[in-house]
Amino acid sequence: MTRKNRRAVFILTGLAILGLAVGLVLYAMRDNIVFFYSPSDIAEKTVAPGTRIRIGGMVEDGTLQHLSQATISFKVTDFVKTVTVSYTGILPDLFREGQGVVAEGKLQPDGSFVADTVLAKHDEKYMPPEVAASLKKAGRWKEGEDTPMPMAATSEAPKS
Amino acid sequence: MIAELGHFSLVLAFVVACVQMIVPMIGAHRHDEGLMGVANTAALAQFGLIAIAFTVLVYAFVTSDFSLKLVVDNSHSTKPLIYKISGVWGNHEGSMVLWVLILSLYGALVALFGNNLPSALRARVLAVQASIGVAFIAFILVTSNPFLRVSPAPFEGHGLNPLLQDPGLALHPPFLYAGYVGLSMAFSFAIAALIEGKVDASWARWVRPWTLAAWTALTIGIAVGSWWSYYTLGWGGYWFWDPVENASLMPWIVATALLHSAIVAEKRGALKSWTILLAIFAFSLSLVGTFLVRSGVLNSVHAFASDPMRGVVILGIVFFFVGGALVLYGWRAPSLKAEGMFAPMSREGALIVNNLLLTAAGAAVFIGTLYPLFLDAVNGPKITVGPPFFNMTFVPIMVPLLLIVPFGPLLGWKRADLVAALERLMGAALLAIIVCIGVLAFVSKAPWLAALGMGLAVWLSAGAFFEFASRIALFKGPLSKSLRKARHLPRAQWGMTLAHGGLGILVAGIVGMTAWRYELVTALKVGESAKLAGYTLTLDKVGMREGPNYEAVVGVVHVEKNGKDLGFMLPEKRHFPVERQEKTEAAIRTNGFSDLYVVIGENNGQGGWTLRAYENNFAPWIWAGAFIMALGGLVSLTDRRYRVGAPMRAKARIKTRAAPQPAE
Repeated sequence: MTRKNRRAVFILTGLAILGLAVGLVLYAMRDNIVFFYSPSDIAEKTVAPGTRIRIGGMVEDGTLQHLSQATISFKVTDFVKTVTVSYTGILPDLFREGQGVVAEGKLQPDGSFVADTVLAKHDEKYMPPEVAASLKKAGRWKEGEDTPMPMAATSEAPKS
Repeated sequence: MIAELGHFSLVLAFVVACVQMIVPMIGAHRHDEGLMGVANTAALAQFGLIAIAFTVLVYAFVTSDFSLKLVVDNSHSTKPLIYKISGVWGNHEGSMVLWVLILSLYGALVALFGNNLPSALRARVLAVQASIGVAFIAFILVTSNPFLRVSPAPFEGHGLNPLLQDPGLALHPPFLYAGYVGLSMAFSFAIAALIEGKVDASWARWVRPWTLAAWTALTIGIAVGSWWSYYTLGWGGYWFWDPVENASLMPWIVATALLHSAIVAEKRGALKSWTILLAIFAFSLSLVGTFLVRSGVLNSVHAFASDPMRGVVILGIVFFFVGGALVLYGWRAPSLKAEGMFAPMSREGALIVNNLLLTAAGAAVFIGTLYPLFLDAVNGPKITVGPPFFNMTFVPIMVPLLLIVPFGPLLGWKRADLVAALERLMGAALLAIIVCIGVLAFVSKAPWLAALGMGLAVWLSAGAFFEFASRIALFKGPLSKSLRKARHLPRAQWGMTLAHGGLGILVAGIVGMTAWRYELVTALKVGESAKLAGYTLTLDKVGMREGPNYEAVVGVVHVEKNGKDLGFMLPEKRHFPVERQEKTEAAIRTNGFSDLYVVIGENNGQGGWTLRAYENNFAPWIWAGAFIMALGGLVSLTDRRYRVGAPMRAKARIKTRAAPQPAE
């Protein structure tokens, strides 16, 4: 094999692998992307039931209910609209009423949301960026404020 | 007072780093030994000063000095000692100090053990290393000063996020940083080589141990992090394709490629400019990872509450180093002449395919991780790219790579005989096929992909074994002779066999856990039981337990399998009153092949307790495989070639003085 041929083999192999990677990425991008919606978005845009989406907002105070066995439900709000979410399993450690949450799952025909994954924010100073943005959009929260207004008075004991 | 001492030494370290960045560079340019020598002294001084600052910080945490804002925000006097110490890096400011501490440690190691490096190369390497230090120490001093005081000092701190109060997470950041930052060595060597316009076999040999050390630390860091998320987050998963996990995986993938391409550069003088490019990419991805984690653009346990300013500054640092390095590369790389002709079917060829596939896999992860952030930055829709994306891109790219792994070491340099390699791998292929068929035949409802996956895992591990066996002529003569041969094999050979064999075990763990994982979510009243994959779980009682700084709800779960009493498991849900947070402690019972994993949730208000249980088959193999790979890296590091004071040293020094080509 001449030097030129060898180089051609390597370049072709490289291009083939590059092509494979690009093809896989494009193909996977088509079906495996999950969009994020706030409760208001869901009310405004029509999201087809059964599409896998993420929703985020604050867990409304006093809405956590145990439905049956290990299934619970709670309401997620951006203080404009509210969506009822049900979830079977154990909630993450940082899940709390009155704090930010992101849930992934499917919208039901009746407008409720069945989550298979629930992500809660990780410390009290921190809010998931998606939730912060959607709350800001709803005009309920500004950068630098501690927590959105209606949630300020929670039942938790003050820090010692 | 003592905190001010820490602050002051950090400022001094900054000044020293500035000197170390400029003076040796000028010295190397003018061939002035005196100026070049400044690099060593400065590197040691820089490390010493940062070590003082770090020690001061540790001291403040251990003694609960609540006049420091950082300690107030992240510590509490009732916290166990180990978490007071790990609290130092359980926050943004402290972990940045750890970051620069490790950075300067690597520089100090070059100063101490780099005697066999040509003095100009060493001076330039240390100068480049110092420029990274300058950027990050300045970042700490300007945006994230850990030594800020609060006045008046409160009596008590706010505590540390309970999720971080865990032995796994006490270890995860130091190892991860040792890996991330270790790649800065490869970067500094690459930039120094570009400035000199010279890459030779000895350059590749000097770069390899540093890359290997970084790779080993990164492997351990990722494995510990994954293990932590397995037993602590209560989901029973080991990898979520979370952007922050990807941030550590990308440098790992590129570092793996770099390790392999550096072999070609060292032994054959080929792939030089590609190796340099990989070294630049590996550290660039570490920087990108640092940016992702520190800028607050991500929603994750790693995302410290931070102000946007920090993100902008880190982004600036990333652009400066990545952009500068690539410009320098574009300018100087064409002058690097490749040597060593080889045929496509050769060890070089196999290593090139390895590199292409690893790079493609890394690129897929990169796109999946950054595309959502990019869309968000241009005000596009908010999207999430989750596990399905990565399963469809990363996995198909990795499978062909795993298939060729056993071939690589059996192919000769320059021109190889594929048939001869295949003959030596017959045993491994046979075993893989037997396992494949065995899984399909004997495991009920085995998905055919799982059978193939297990076959692949056996192919990898057995391939590594048979390659090793052929080196020591096992089965071909008396055992004692083979053992003697094994003893005399280079440690690098042992390391490679361990790493490739461990990879097979890791793959078996991943395949097994994906295919044969059984889940149970239920609520049990005390006295009730539930069944999972042959196990009967009975909730005997639920009690309370007092910990040092938490109180825990403990579920006492009695486990039985096919009538055999297996004792009790004690999953906990801990409540930390200071931090006002919960933490799940899964109870895990392992027999080395499968884990029984039980998590207790909340009282569901109807007298029952939520219980989640998994049977995770092959789960322990995931971490066992990863640690064996890391062990391979360690063993390889002890190879004679890299050892300090190896007989090569004196000879090499004479050669480097005489001629710029100290080849093997």
